[in-house]
Amino acid sequence: MVSTDILQMAFYLLLLILLAIPLGFYMARVFNGESTFLDPIFRPLERLIYRLTGVDAGREMNWREYALMLVVFNILGMAAVYLIQRIQGILPFNPQHFGAVPPDLAFNTAASFMTNTNWQAYGGESTMSYFTQMTALTVQNFLSAATGIAVAVALTRGLARRTARTIGNFWVDLTRSILWVLLPLSLGLALILVSLGVIQNLNPYLTITTLEGGRQTLAMGPVASQEAIKLLGTNGGGFFNANSSHPFENPTPLTNLLEMLAILIIPAGLTITFGQMVGNHRQGLVILAAMLLLFVFALGVVYASEHYGNPQLGALGMRGPTAMEGKEVRFGIVNSSLFATITTAASCGAVNTMHDSLTPLGGLIPMLQMMLGEVVFGGVGSGLYGMLVFVILTVFIIGLMVGRTPEYLGKKIEAREVKMAILAVLIPAATILLGSALAAVIKTGTSSILNPGPHGLSEILYAFASGAGNNGSAFAGLNANTPFYNIALGLVMLIGRFGVILPVLAIAGSMAGKKMVPPGPGTFQTTSLLFTGLLAAVVLIVGALTFFPALALGPLVEQLLMLAGKTF
Amino acid sequence: MTRRVLTGVFMLVVMTVLTGIIYPLTITGVTRVLFPHQASGSLIYRQGQAVGSALIGQRFTSPRYFHGRPSAAGKDGYDATSSGGSNLGPTNKELVAAIAQRLARVQAENGLPDGTPVPADLVTASASGLDPDISPAAAYLQVPRVARARNLPEETVRALVDRNITGRQFGILGEPRVNVLKLNLELDQLSPSAR
Repeated sequence: MVSTDILQMAFYLLLLILLAIPLGFYMARVFNGESTFLDPIFRPLERLIYRLTGVDAGREMNWREYALMLVVFNILGMAAVYLIQRIQGILPFNPQHFGAVPPDLAFNTAASFMTNTNWQAYGGESTMSYFTQMTALTVQNFLSAATGIAVAVALTRGLARRTARTIGNFWVDLTRSILWVLLPLSLGLALILVSLGVIQNLNPYLTITTLEGGRQTLAMGPVASQEAIKLLGTNGGGFFNANSSHPFENPTPLTNLLEMLAILIIPAGLTITFGQMVGNHRQGLVILAAMLLLFVFALGVVYASEHYGNPQLGALGMRGPTAMEGKEVRFGIVNSSLFATITTAASCGAVNTMHDSLTPLGGLIPMLQMMLGEVVFGGVGSGLYGMLVFVILTVFIIGLMVGRTPEYLGKKIEAREVKMAILAVLIPAATILLGSALAAVIKTGTSSILNPGPHGLSEILYAFASGAGNNGSAFAGLNANTPFYNIALGLVMLIGRFGVILPVLAIAGSMAGKKMVPPGPGTFQTTSLLFTGLLAAVVLIVGALTFFPALALGPLVEQLLMLAGKTF
Repeated sequence: MTRRVLTGVFMLVVMTVLTGIIYPLTITGVTRVLFPHQASGSLIYRQGQAVGSALIGQRFTSPRYFHGRPSAAGKDGYDATSSGGSNLGPTNKELVAAIAQRLARVQAENGLPDGTPVPADLVTASASGLDPDISPAAAYLQVPRVARARNLPEETVRALVDRNITGRQFGILGEPRVNVLKLNLELDQLSPSAR
């Protein structure tokens, strides 16, 4: 039913935009320190937090100090997650008596949740105690998302201010992100999700006798509270191994719609916030439009490919959609395609379909969106600052074409900013390609592959793209719980996170210090639809030039072989 | 520097208490009062015994019951402590072989001639391995077999399937489907299980 499918996709996009715009205005008020309707509850709590932690909220930081605080805080968070996993056996809320997580897996998980990747080399219901899920993983879901928002807000300030030395206070941005944005949205969403069937309890697993007399043990847990922030924070780490395809995480089409909205609402809203904070809402709309353009293209390819399906399976004698392996009946082709596109457009990585079983082109797009640097909406905060890096590259390229010094928001873009922007694009890209190349030539890398042939290379590429893009979804056939992948991907996630954040903060610092130059007749307007098109084109061209050869050897050739009737 | 690290430590502790303890326990407490049925897993009871969750699929093999989808969760499928899909890729020989085998089994079980097309969901493993639903077509296909095994008129069983179809939510969201466990429970009310 193509018409119903298109209707569902259009309905989603419409709702997303309707919700993201007011949220964007609200967030601008939050980060400008203006009054909001939640102040009576959270102002006193905010003051209490600053008093307990010794934060001087009135003192702003230059970019170096901001970056230092951010790194220190994230290292501490990672250490805490590592430690809690290692000693969960002696901690409370552990009704299944799970023992210590092995060191390499604990390192991987700690890096993963701190960097907002939420790559999972473990199965949640068979590894982590409720205590670990709540105090280590849920906490990092909040903190890594708040870190992303803080960086985006700091960069926005850097662009908006003139001849300033400071870009804000990291502790204040972090605290306000959590209190005014992430926590209230999570509370609301978690309650709604439970009312619709998502579980939330601390009970031990329940063993029942089935209708046929067999035994089935139902895994339990405080799922909804983690589910809500997992999506709103674009974290993506499922409570259960099957993530958002698990009926206890995502029981109905309505919960699915809400979860998909939760993934993109903050990244989309932040573009509006950006426009507000730089004093020209059109600057934000242009970026939102570029993201939407790329998103609709990506969605179209995934949906078309999944709808067309796998002719080899159809030939065996199947009726209806042939690409149902790894999909749930209640979601079908359209909601699985939509979720897969959304979760990889954002650096979320929650899944309601098993990406490894997607058709080759249906799997190519998620991979490509991660390789593009997670800028099609992208992660909470990281999507906006990632896209702003591409904005800088775009005005630079335009500047080269027309032979003028590039400007953005009335400020000159000079060598330092361009160098930093290039670093922010090159570091993750090089990490993906070099990491995949290494894994593809050594035995410890290739022996984890489940699906032979070109799909095996896709599994490896997907893993490194997911790690460096801080996405966290997987071609999960690849057995990633080995010392090699745990350590390699752990490092890749750290490089992919801080290899972008640090150059971005450096850009924020140097832009903050610049003078405004009045726009002249030769100034290129960055508020036009033309700019939207150029920005989207630069994102695609940079991505395509970097990754086309690798993608050709993986999903592209696999699609052709599939159509030719070949199997491996 | 020490002072900065200390600020970080304090901030981590405060945020852990707020988002890792107060937040999840608040949700747990509130939902225990407001939505106790959903919060504890939407369990279905029969004669006071929990026989499953309305949301989690179970393994059915007897001809007297409607069967759910193939499952890759755990060794024997439908292991709700080990959710997940097969992760088999589209050009994997194993996937093609598994589907061919399932097709032959469904055709044999239901007495269908070779080559009869079978709804895709009945021969493909779900994402979670715990999919509680099948498509209406997959349910109708099993009606003659179930009716025969229970000595019920086909129309009675077909009417039961009709009643158990959940349409798209609000008319547009998701896909039409049949919850296998609920359907089988109603079937048992119609003609008690031989077990």
